[in-house]
Amino acid sequence: MNEWLVGAAVAFVVLAATVAVLTRDPTRQAVVLSVLGLGLAILFAVLQAPDVALSQLGVGTALTPLMILLTVRKVTRQPTRASRDADRHDGAEGREQG
Amino acid sequence: MTARARLVLFLVAAVVFAGFFTAACAHLPPFGTPDHPYGDRAVAAALARRTANVVSAVNFDVRAFDTLGEESILFGTVLGATLLLRRAHDERHRRAEAERVMPTTRLFGTLLLPIALVVGVYVVAHGQLSPGGGFQGGVVLATALHLAYVAADYRALKKLRPLAVLDVADSLAAASYTLIGLAGLIAGSAFLENVLPLGTFNTMTSGGTVPVLNAAVGVEVACGLITLLAHFLSQAVELTDTDRRENGDG
Repeated sequence: MNEWLVGAAVAFVVLAATVAVLTRDPTRQAVVLSVLGLGLAILFAVLQAPDVALSQLGVGTALTPLMILLTVRKVTRQPTRASRDADRHDGAEGREQG
Repeated sequence: MTARARLVLFLVAAVVFAGFFTAACAHLPPFGTPDHPYGDRAVAAALARRTANVVSAVNFDVRAFDTLGEESILFGTVLGATLLLRRAHDERHRRAEAERVMPTTRLFGTLLLPIALVVGVYVVAHGQLSPGGGFQGGVVLATALHLAYVAADYRALKKLRPLAVLDVADSLAAASYTLIGLAGLIAGSAFLENVLPLGTFNTMTSGGTVPVLNAAVGVEVACGLITLLAHFLSQAVELTDTDRRENGDG
């Protein structure tokens, strides 16, 4: 019984981790990471490490995705007038360099 | 470095790593057997010091010096993030607005927030007795507080969170770990040696310095993580660029 639980938890973790690697959008990645954290917490609990499961649940499922979401929210901003002007004037060069 | 050179370097490193990893795994004890050489020794050491939670005995007694390093890493991380995320001169402070929340979410948060806080304190306080401990309880406490952000808004969270107090508590807790370690030296023993009376097995006061170090880590983790998230939140919610503000879309 226990081996089946471990196997199912490992399979879930591998699946979630693969999806996390294949996801490109950071916002979606945060959500997938949260699911992966939940899977790891279940895996640790099944492997009789409840304290590791507890920290995994807090850090991996709540804290890290929240920090990623907050960072994404801060970093993605609407283009300002100054940067739009710059784009219009030397957009071609800027794109080549960028 | 070209993409091709990177790929070749990666493949070579991967093959070498795979070889050593396979060789190392071949010598591990088989999975799921009742034979635990390390576990047996750890349990014996924990019982000798009357600590019921073996993981805590390893973290705060047998390998307390390791935990000092881990605790310092967390402290340094919070310090570094605080430094990097401080308000820049071209950023403007913006008042967070009140936000509407679904009544069910508000009810859920209001009920769960005190329960989660109590669970966090319980996990820290029983670190030497039951699974969990300072780090886990601290994380539960830090995340529990942010239910206020989920259930109400940023302004409610700010009212619940005395940031100046938490900053000082974080530093004091981090320093107190070393001070408790020095107490071992003063008592004529080694640094971080368990010198306090060991107490009765499986009671709150058992384990000597284990519950004290555990509590120090609990306070440090809770305060550190709340401070860390506070800086991330203020960057996302409160601070805006000046030119964005002038354009009226800030």
